[in-house]
Amino acid sequence: MLELRHINKAYADGRQVLSDLSYTLKAGEYVAIMGDSGVGKSTLLNLIAGLDLPDSGEILIDDVAISSMDDDAATRLRREAFGFVFQAFHVLPHLTLSQNIALPLLLNGLSTERVEHMLTDVGLPGRGHHFPRQLSGGELQRVAIARALIHRPKLVLADEPTGNLDPETAHEVLMLIRTEIKANGASGIIVTHSDAAAATADRVLVLARDGLHPAVAHQSA
Amino acid sequence: MKRGLLSRWLLLGEWRAHFVQAIVVIIAIALGVALGFSIHLINTAAFNEFSAASKNLSGQSDLQVHGRQAMFDESLYPFLATYDGVELANPVLEFEVSVPGELIGRKDNKLKILATDMFRAAMISPDLLGMPAEGKPLDGLSDDAIFLSPAAMEWLQVKQGDLLPLNVGTQTMTLRVAGGLVRARAGQRIAVMDIGVAQWRFKHVGLLSRIELKLTPGIHRDTFKAALKQVLGDSYLVLEIADQEARVDHMSRAYRVNLNMLALVALFTGAFLVFSTQALSVIRRRHQFALLRVLGLTRQQLLRQILLEGATLGVVGSLLGLVSGYAIAAIALHFFGGDLGGGFFPGVKPSVYFSPLAAATFFIIGLGITLLGSAAPAWEAASARPAVALKSGSEDKALSKLSAPWPALICLSLALLFTQIPPIFELPVFGYLAIALLLIGGIALMPRFSAVVFSFLLKVMRRHITGAVSTLLLARLANAPNQASIALGGVLASFSLMVAMAIMVTSFRVSVDDWLEHVLPADLYVRAASVGDQGGFQLDEQKAMASLPGFTRVDFFRSLPFILEPTRPEITLIARPIDMTDPSNTLPMTDDMIAPVRLPKDVMPIWVSEAMVDLYGYTVGKRVTLPLGTAEQTFFVAGIWRDYGRQFGAVQMQLADYQTLSGDRSINTVAMWLQAGTTSAQAQTILRQLPFGDALEITPSGEIRALSLEIFDRSFAVTYLLEMVAVVIGLFGVAASFSAQTLARAKEFGMLRHIGMMRRQILILLAAEGGLLTALGVILGFILGWSLSLVLVFIVNPQSFHWTLQLHLPWGWLTLVAGIMLVSAALTALVAGRQAVSGHAVRAVREDW
Repeated sequence: MLELRHINKAYADGRQVLSDLSYTLKAGEYVAIMGDSGVGKSTLLNLIAGLDLPDSGEILIDDVAISSMDDDAATRLRREAFGFVFQAFHVLPHLTLSQNIALPLLLNGLSTERVEHMLTDVGLPGRGHHFPRQLSGGELQRVAIARALIHRPKLVLADEPTGNLDPETAHEVLMLIRTEIKANGASGIIVTHSDAAAATADRVLVLARDGLHPAVAHQSA
Repeated sequence: MKRGLLSRWLLLGEWRAHFVQAIVVIIAIALGVALGFSIHLINTAAFNEFSAASKNLSGQSDLQVHGRQAMFDESLYPFLATYDGVELANPVLEFEVSVPGELIGRKDNKLKILATDMFRAAMISPDLLGMPAEGKPLDGLSDDAIFLSPAAMEWLQVKQGDLLPLNVGTQTMTLRVAGGLVRARAGQRIAVMDIGVAQWRFKHVGLLSRIELKLTPGIHRDTFKAALKQVLGDSYLVLEIADQEARVDHMSRAYRVNLNMLALVALFTGAFLVFSTQALSVIRRRHQFALLRVLGLTRQQLLRQILLEGATLGVVGSLLGLVSGYAIAAIALHFFGGDLGGGFFPGVKPSVYFSPLAAATFFIIGLGITLLGSAAPAWEAASARPAVALKSGSEDKALSKLSAPWPALICLSLALLFTQIPPIFELPVFGYLAIALLLIGGIALMPRFSAVVFSFLLKVMRRHITGAVSTLLLARLANAPNQASIALGGVLASFSLMVAMAIMVTSFRVSVDDWLEHVLPADLYVRAASVGDQGGFQLDEQKAMASLPGFTRVDFFRSLPFILEPTRPEITLIARPIDMTDPSNTLPMTDDMIAPVRLPKDVMPIWVSEAMVDLYGYTVGKRVTLPLGTAEQTFFVAGIWRDYGRQFGAVQMQLADYQTLSGDRSINTVAMWLQAGTTSAQAQTILRQLPFGDALEITPSGEIRALSLEIFDRSFAVTYLLEMVAVVIGLFGVAASFSAQTLARAKEFGMLRHIGMMRRQILILLAAEGGLLTALGVILGFILGWSLSLVLVFIVNPQSFHWTLQLHLPWGWLTLVAGIMLVSAALTALVAGRQAVSGHAVRAVREDW
């Protein structure tokens, strides 16, 4: 589904962050990427999403090179094929929950019928008319998850999705992400520092200077 | 010390991060202060110079005796010269003559002549003595000598020894320029002659304009003045310098105050810009302030911090404004003189004078306006609960208290109440307060209004909305009304003020145009210079003109100035044939009049201008007395007419009545209607063939109309300029608030880019938001501006200038400006949007970048 081929990427100051990185993610697979701060986890996510370009190498989504797309094409691909969950939720305060969740559907020109169903799935039934200011942090992240999955994307990218939540809420949210990804037949990549978060994935990878490696502790567990 | 350091860090940090916004605020304040200060300096300099020049003509006299009319019999002079308590009496003849040639027909073709007895004048006004050429010491008494001030010589383009032709009635006479004056003020156009020569040559034999009195030392002036008044009776006025100053002040006060108020409009618009910039800055930094509060900054410290930020901008802007204002005033006075187009200070060439008091006042106004604009945002930031403010999505809670309708409704109610209060010191103080309150109240209602409008729109269109852009657009406008309204405030303030000014000026212009059509019904108007206290045309000349071929009708007009109250400018008495079947056929009557059939038979009717009602209480149906002929005469006020030509009052009466009472058969103006088939050029040729044809000032009514409207436009040129500055400041406000809001929404756009929204979709969203907000601002601005114009047209104008106008709306101009506002607001939003989406989407969504 996703193939990374010999990706190299340096920061603007010249510091090399990703070197000759290659990896293939299969359809329906949900992996967690861990690693030290500054190792390039978020950069990798951005490259996959087409929000940043590698210095060299190729990123293929269903055999189509995203790195060769122009901005509009990459945006269209992102709109149709990707879902995003951010650490800071990024829910628009002036839209109701239903409107926030419906955004990807509207951008794709799809019917918004599924919104209420999605709200129920994420544990917020009947609250579509509420505004974000009426929600707790955990509830806001549920809205963000619903928004990430509402249009049935092929790949969900989550960057520290529980970084702003307490452990109990974090666990609920992580389980929800996994459940929803699986229920929707999507693939998922979660970038995290948290072992607990990583443990909800099918596989855990560690990003290091020399590439992506399976996490030893998780494998042994 | 440490707190001071923190305060400095915060201040400099904010300025560094939002340098352009700080500069925009400083420019807006500086522009407002500069305009207000420069206009104040120019007006004050012109007024002081004009007043000094007037006083200069009066010399060092203690009292002056004037007649009610321009001139009186000189037999009073020997009486006063020997009056007990008078040390010296100086007879003066002061009059204006027309200068023939190119300057004819223009308002400024008059030369003021001061004729005195040089031996007496030397003791009262030594500066105003002629300086004969060397070897001709008796030129001062010569029967052909006239002495000119340097400004008059420059204006007339003559020098010592040249001959100067001047008009006297229908004759032209020539005098010799015998020299200059001992000392004259810069720009003062004046001529000096011997009084005996002037009386003889200008046909003013036996007449004086005033007698200046120097009292014996030890005489109590007020007691003497009261006693002399008693002795002289109502036919004469005993005045002192203070009365003259009051009269000069009265002449231009309304004009000066209105112009100053207009200049402050730019500053007022600037206040909204400060408010929107500060409010958006506070909203943007809501998390930052909450964090500081959590870390231990007290409410008072936070309040002080934000006010300090505003005050710093205000201090810099105001100082810059004062320097620029002084420079503008100096340049304007140097190149254009002291007259800003109102015609109150013609020919005056004053120098700019730095007044510390005025500078301090404008500095305080500039700073005050900035603090006023900062107060609400500062108060909101200080009173916000940190826990709530830290929460994402609480931004629109900020300033939500401002959307409470009560303060706005109180402002609007007070404004309505203030429109009913009469003027104070003949100035529409409450009218201006009503305008300010209407503006504040109208703008304060906007958050609620825009929420209602856009919520309604969202509700109505919900079923039809299918796109993300339209959903985002209407949802934000409906659900974030406070932020939307901040941007709207700038649009509203500038557009409504512009609408109000445009409606007022158009109403005035159209009213004047209609009025000119009514008061200039004839085809040609013919004038001749006055002769003494008589009009320029005597009986035989009138007969000659009435019997000319080519005309169907010839009307004669006699006009002369009158002093009714010593401290007020003169009124004008106009005697002419008035249609007694319906006076509105002759005069531009208001609805306030008595039908001729119901007029009393025992008393002569007069028709007075609106100013006479306001200033002298001449209401319809009242019996009043006017000093006409040898005694006071009683008249009946039969109606009120509109007069846009004389703001200090005018009275019209039947020419026959005037001639019966005064015995004066001379006239000043002849109105002539052309016979069918006679052209204006042919008529003028016929008139020029008269024996006195060369001395006639012949003007077709179309030319008078065009000239009057040209003068009108010149008077309002400075108004248009100030209006444009207010609009530019308003557009600055729109640009500042849109760009600040757009940049503050970088995270939102970053997220939207993540989930697949194209850059151009975001730009379309922003342009549409800007366009819709401005469209609402323009619609509401029109309603608010129209309301403001009602106050200007029906309250401020009548209370300032004593005339009423008919309301006229300049639809074309308003549509054009609305279009410009719409396009510029959408473009501004677009430009700001490009900047916001040009940043990396990844960076935008990072919480702690």
